[in-house]
Amino acid sequence: MAELARLIAVLAAKDLRVEVRSRTALVSATVFAALVLVVFNFARDPASVAPETLAPSVLWVTFTFAAMLTFNRGFALERENAALDGLLLSPLPRGALFFGKYLANLGFVATVQAVTLPLFVLFFNVGLGGALPGLVLVTALATAGFVAVGTVFSAIVVRTRFADLMLPVLLLPFLVPPIIGAVQVTTRLLAGRPLSEQVTWLRFLGVYDIAFITLCALVFPALFDE
Amino acid sequence: MTAAVLHAHRIARRGLLLTGLALAGVLGVYWLALALTPIERWQGAAQKILYLHAPAAWAGMLAFSLVGLAGGLYLWLRDRRLDVFAEASAEVGLMFGAIVLTTGPLWGKPVWGAYWTWDARLTLTLFLVFLFVGYLGLRGALSDPEERARFSAVVGILGLLLVPFVHLSVYLFRTQHPKPVLLKPSAPSMPGDMLRTLLISVGVFTLLYVGMVTARYGIGLMREAARGAADAD
Repeated sequence: MAELARLIAVLAAKDLRVEVRSRTALVSATVFAALVLVVFNFARDPASVAPETLAPSVLWVTFTFAAMLTFNRGFALERENAALDGLLLSPLPRGALFFGKYLANLGFVATVQAVTLPLFVLFFNVGLGGALPGLVLVTALATAGFVAVGTVFSAIVVRTRFADLMLPVLLLPFLVPPIIGAVQVTTRLLAGRPLSEQVTWLRFLGVYDIAFITLCALVFPALFDE
Repeated sequence: MTAAVLHAHRIARRGLLLTGLALAGVLGVYWLALALTPIERWQGAAQKILYLHAPAAWAGMLAFSLVGLAGGLYLWLRDRRLDVFAEASAEVGLMFGAIVLTTGPLWGKPVWGAYWTWDARLTLTLFLVFLFVGYLGLRGALSDPEERARFSAVVGILGLLLVPFVHLSVYLFRTQHPKPVLLKPSAPSMPGDMLRTLLISVGVFTLLYVGMVTARYGIGLMREAARGAADAD
């Protein structure tokens, strides 16, 4: 078990190190998120729609779209120089491969979100008040599940010709339950309501996470047995 | 022709025969619904669409569940036929989904006052269709048959798990808002005549599903056999 955890950490650290050294994907994803926020600001009529009304939806559309852009990176990286074959030949269990890639993706998405959130507060004139801890919690809960599905799907679509188009088509339906929950909770948190009122949604997000992380870990090895 | 091709050909022919029977049955349902079933008091003639809409929704759900189930069994048993079946079921299911999504708004406009509402079941059906389209799109984008079978099985299984979550999330989403007072979809306790027509139609549509999937499955097997023969050359 400890050995498995070590392997997972090694793999995730490798992916993140590659990213930190090149910074291409991370910078692009963050700039993309900032641009989406800017575009959204101009995609409303300032005379009739207050920025606060639109804020939760904008935040979550930005979070999920930016996240989706980052998923293809994980396995596209391994395609170059057939690095994936090296990984598969190494004595790394397939389960560890999944969790390593999953953690790297999670770290990546969390970084983009950590940069986006202050920009969002700045651009949309949102007063966070005491909502920040709740917002972090709901973001973590909503993100954990769909990143697992994104990890599996990115391993699939990397074998197709239209990976960049295929991934959103497959993944977007899976984003809908977490987005619905996250937007509902975010709206109420930004309105100053306490987190304790949102237990139903938080529980829903938690169940989604457990169900999809488990199933993704179970089916992931089937993608590589040849 | 090899024995495998002949066998597949026989299955496809049997499927076409069943499809023909079921289509005759659909005509029978039209006749039954229009001539022999009373007109609903509040919704008027628009309610007749129920006899196509609900059975098509049932057949679509059946098709979708079997795609996921066949995917799970494929990963376990690695039987190529399960993959051929899953593809057949997805294509036929997409057709039923299209029937549901066209008949629903046609009924919704006169009865609800809008072609579309974000009602839980509407949204769920829409997402089933999206998932089917994504599933079939992925199949088209993968060239290696063995890889295609494994990958689409994984997508099918994950899709099946998604269904209860979409349903629950949309349900929670809606019930936090006040229900419409005037344009609510009332649930009429159905009189015997209507129920009879509906149940017959469900039977007919199930037969239609079985017939079409059998025919498509036979065609899939023929393709497999042709590919096998090409590989052997």
